[in-house]
Formats: sequence, structure tokens, C-alpha cells
Amino acid sequence: MYVNRSAPHGTIYAHEGLEVVLVGAAFDQEVSMAFVGDGVFQLKQAQDTSGIGTKNFAGAYRALADYDVTRLYVETESLEERGLTVGDLMPLTYEDDEDDDQEKSSITLIDRASLGQLFEAQDVILNF
Amino acid sequence: MKFALMINQGPYTHQASDTAYHFACAVLKAGHEVFRIFFYHDGVNNATRMTTPPQDDRHVIDRWSELASQHKLDLVVCVAAAQRRGILDEDEARRHGKDGDNLAPGFRISGLGQLIEAGIEADRFLVFGN
Repeated sequence: MYVNRSAPHGTIYAHEGLEVVLVGAAFDQEVSMAFVGDGVFQLKQAQDTSGIGTKNFAGAYRALADYDVTRLYVETESLEERGLTVGDLMPLTYEDDEDDDQEKSSITLIDRASLGQLFEAQDVILNF
Repeated sequence: MKFALMINQGPYTHQASDTAYHFACAVLKAGHEVFRIFFYHDGVNNATRMTTPPQDDRHVIDRWSELASQHKLDLVVCVAAAQRRGILDEDEARRHGKDGDNLAPGFRISGLGQLIEAGIEADRFLVFGN
């Protein structure tokens, strides 16, 4: 599981973390991502970096489904603490090939306690 | 037991590389295996041989090079993270038309696949620095 704790553009962690996820997807592992704390801002809709002149890599999150990374857990409390709702996030979806290619949301809201249990179940956790 | 380490902070500003070094020494001393040490984010700055600390301080980079040579350690630097931060081996320097390279002995530049493989292969995967 890749745990994303940083806002997208103030540090390089989100960007270089996403690079690890995309490369790691080729390794046939069971992969998920969690977005906690300021990490929830990584999925915010309509990001625009033109004012700070840094690369806007937000579009790459839409590619995650193509790499079969379709389990994105967003911590409910982190969203609420930042005045966000799931409607403020990019509508990331995938086609479920086990369910007649139905389009489903990659994003799952999860509360803090349940996310803790999910951490317990992981073999390897990478924090970015 | 098979350990893999990841180092995400540069030398001297943060203790991460020092702690990882002492941990690696302890692991080897206890007879365990270090499968790989992967340098990412600013951690790639642990791999430049241009580093010149004052003589009365530890030499973080040389220390890694020496440990690698003594124990045949696999010190891997992420190529994309390294290029962003000006860490180049001879091949990369030539490819990008740079006038010099700076990778320290005992390190090699490779891709993120090496990090994922380390996570899969190791019994314990430890991360130093954020």
C-alpha cells in the first residue's frame, strides 16, 4: 500500500510517490493507495499550477486505472478537516472486468479507525 | 533475515542516512543479510563523491562506499530522482551532454523497479527519512 500524506505541489513527495506507484504496477502485486492528511489534496479536482510554474502531474492519477491501480482509499476525517467532500475530488473510475466492464469509482471513503485496520493487513507500506 | 532499506533524505541536513548506516552495520554484525539499499527523493544526494565535509566530521558518503565494498552491498540510486538533483554516473553524464559525473564508488543508478523488487524480496523493509 502506498500512503500519500503530502499536498501535491509544495514538496516533491506526491509526484515522486506517484512515479513509484506507476512503476510498481508492473510487478503484479496487490496494490492500493491511501490518501490521508494533506494527501487528500492530491486528488482535488481542477488543479492548476500555472501560478507557481511547477509541473502539473494531476492528470497522471487518471492513468492509475490503466495500470490496474483501482483501490484508492481516502480518509473521511482528513477530507472533513479540510472542508472537502468527495465531490471536490477528481472522478477517478475504472472498468470492472469481473463485473461486465461496469464503470466504478476507484475512490473509497474510509474512516480513520478502519484505515488503521487496513494498514495492519499490509505486507509493505510506502509513505510519501 | 533479509533486510532492505530505503533512504529518503540527503546527508547532514537529516539524521536519516546516519541512522540507516548504523542500522545496516548492526544488521550485518548480527549476521543478517542486506538485500539492497535504495536511495530516493533527496536521499540520492548520499551518492555524490563531490561531497567534502570538514575533516573533523563523519564522511557520510565515503562511509557508505566503504560499507558497500566490505560487504558487497547493493546501493541503488533512483535514476529519475538522481537526474532531477544532478547525480550522474559516467553513462548518464555522456547521454545528457554534461561535463562531468559524480556518482560515488559502490553506488549504481537504476530504476524504481529495484525498489519494488526490494519490497517483495526482503523479509523486512525499512524506510529512513520522509
